[in-house]
Amino acid sequence: MGDNNSFEPECPLPTFEKKTILLAHGGGGRLMQELIRGVFLRSFDNTLLRQLHDGATFPVEKGTLAFTTDSYVVSPLFFPGGDIGSLAVHGTVNDLAMCGAMPLYLSAGFILEEGLALETLRKVVESMAKAAEGAGVQVVTGDTKVVDRGKGDGIFINTAGIGVVPPGARIGPQEVKAGDRILLSGDLGSHGLAVMSVRDGLRFTGDIESDSAPLHRVVRDLLESGVPVHCLRDLTRGGLGSALNELAAGANVGMTIEEPLIPVRASVRGACELLGLDPLYVANEGRFVAFVPEAHVEAALAAMRRHRVAQDAVQIGTVTRDSPPIVVLRTVLGTQRILDLLSGEQLPRIC
Amino acid sequence: MKYVDEYRESATAAALAETIKQTVRRPWTVMEICGGQTHSIVRFGLDALLPSNLTLVHGPGCPICVTPIGLIDQALQLASLPRVIFCSFGDMLRVPGSQGNLFEVKAAGGDVRIIYSPLDALELARANPDREVVCFAVGFETTAPAFAMAAIQARRLGLTNFSLLAAQVLVPPAMEAILSAPGCLVQGFLAAGHVCTVMGYEEYEDLATRYRVPIVVTGFEPIDILEGIAMLARQLEEGRAVVENQYTRSVRREGNVAAQAAVREVFEPTLRAWRGIGDIPHSGLKLTAAYADFDAAVRFRDALSHFGPVGGEDPDCRSGLVLQGLLKPPDCPAFATRCTPENPLGAPMVSSEGACAAYYRYRSHVKREA
Repeated sequence: MGDNNSFEPECPLPTFEKKTILLAHGGGGRLMQELIRGVFLRSFDNTLLRQLHDGATFPVEKGTLAFTTDSYVVSPLFFPGGDIGSLAVHGTVNDLAMCGAMPLYLSAGFILEEGLALETLRKVVESMAKAAEGAGVQVVTGDTKVVDRGKGDGIFINTAGIGVVPPGARIGPQEVKAGDRILLSGDLGSHGLAVMSVRDGLRFTGDIESDSAPLHRVVRDLLESGVPVHCLRDLTRGGLGSALNELAAGANVGMTIEEPLIPVRASVRGACELLGLDPLYVANEGRFVAFVPEAHVEAALAAMRRHRVAQDAVQIGTVTRDSPPIVVLRTVLGTQRILDLLSGEQLPRIC
Repeated sequence: MKYVDEYRESATAAALAETIKQTVRRPWTVMEICGGQTHSIVRFGLDALLPSNLTLVHGPGCPICVTPIGLIDQALQLASLPRVIFCSFGDMLRVPGSQGNLFEVKAAGGDVRIIYSPLDALELARANPDREVVCFAVGFETTAPAFAMAAIQARRLGLTNFSLLAAQVLVPPAMEAILSAPGCLVQGFLAAGHVCTVMGYEEYEDLATRYRVPIVVTGFEPIDILEGIAMLARQLEEGRAVVENQYTRSVRREGNVAAQAAVREVFEPTLRAWRGIGDIPHSGLKLTAAYADFDAAVRFRDALSHFGPVGGEDPDCRSGLVLQGLLKPPDCPAFATRCTPENPLGAPMVSSEGACAAYYRYRSHVKREA
């Protein structure tokens, strides 16, 4: 056997160009490296992530940091107006924004189900990267795990985010005061109905698209316009009804809101009427309420309306001194009722 | 939004409320039959617009609330079988049987699916030939045609893995049970507009005559309900007792004849226990002998017979009185204390159409402040 024919046992792994996720993609070996470089790094590329270290390190400004985390388990993964990837960015960016913070960095943890099409993952990650770029944040660290087929729902994503709160801002439920006005950034219910419209067993068509969008630039404008914002809350799971109830309880104040002033698009209202859902409890991913002193309502609305995501901002109600902390809704007929917390999910009615 | 906004218009509502005030001279108690109407009344605060001498009581027209605990237990049992895909309308899932609810069965591994139409269940049966698809046929006359069509369609398609667990109920026998009960307070009825859309209202004319009780077939939007009450008040004050139709945009006297024919082909009346109320003759629907192949109670007779005796209702639950209009939910000692939507003692606290849930959701401050 001559030198030219030296025997070098090599068993090329028949793993490249896999079309589906295998358990080995989470195993720490070559397949995982391929996934990280070929999918994640390719889409999220930035100097911090490129180091592929155990974590990202970066300098921070003096001041207050905001830190949040959220997990995303939406089904189906793609829906009109968004997907689990864009949602995982917007949701966490918005949680930071509701603290008054400008988001800087995100982490991304993926739990993938064995058998997931690689192409699906690629699409989701590209959508995440696009959403992050649109929001001006970077994904700087991450993690991937693969679970047995049947033990996940395609893709679960967790994102955590870090942001900086500008000096002087004091925003939170404890700052809500009697007399504050309640401003709503836009129409309700589009996200929840958009997801429902593509669920198995309930497909309907229409012009309903998710409102998923980053909100931190509206918040920055609000704060920079000199409005002393007392509290911000995005209207995700449980919608406006749940958010106001949580804040009323947290701040120990009452609230009165005017049903006729709450914008809901005709297509969303129609779908809600058909399904027996109340749009006030349907999830949104690009809507928030702001609590501001009465004297600053006009300035706040003007600042909000400069942004497309809040161009329909309106005042919907007032914080009152009522005790116990309940939310009262004045109906279209001028009568009053309680807007309570839901017990569990809204369930479609029989008839 | 067309067909909604014009029926929620505040000026019209105020005008109707004024008409009712002008009409009512003596105290009257009237019952809205349907849970959908109860929901609208409480959601829009309509009772606040009425004069104090006109009392609204809430009727038994919530199919979720009146489905007997024994049938819920059968549903839980069938849903637990490994080969069964159990299909139900969404708001049935939280209703407590004697041992848990359908959500808990689902959490324990049962294949429970929320459907929006019985035809969805049929589609599941087609797509899963190796599984048994059981559909919980709950509802009043309104949903009966859809379940009937599902059975007819299943036969046409030759499906042998589709069946119905029949829990359908009928309105007129329940009205008669309320009217003939000792201590009945009800002097007039708002009949359920959607039930009458299917069934028409001929069968109510006999009730109006025999019990000398005015009945107005009424829709579900605030203006519908106020107009129905105004028509009822006029009859009461004038001493008339006939059937009138407020919901003319949907209801004809003869109803939907084709839908009735489908129901008659598949179902026949049977004695049915109403949760909280008791047995009412001819008040339920069961599958006819010709459709026995699609009757889950027949198909799963063995599985259901292994099923031991079931527990009863919680003794603190007064839902029977609530469903007959003899007790307002906040007057129940368990309301908002032992009994809440998170831990319901009885079904009316569960369904969005249940009177107790409607009061809890929109009025619970009355009790909580006390």
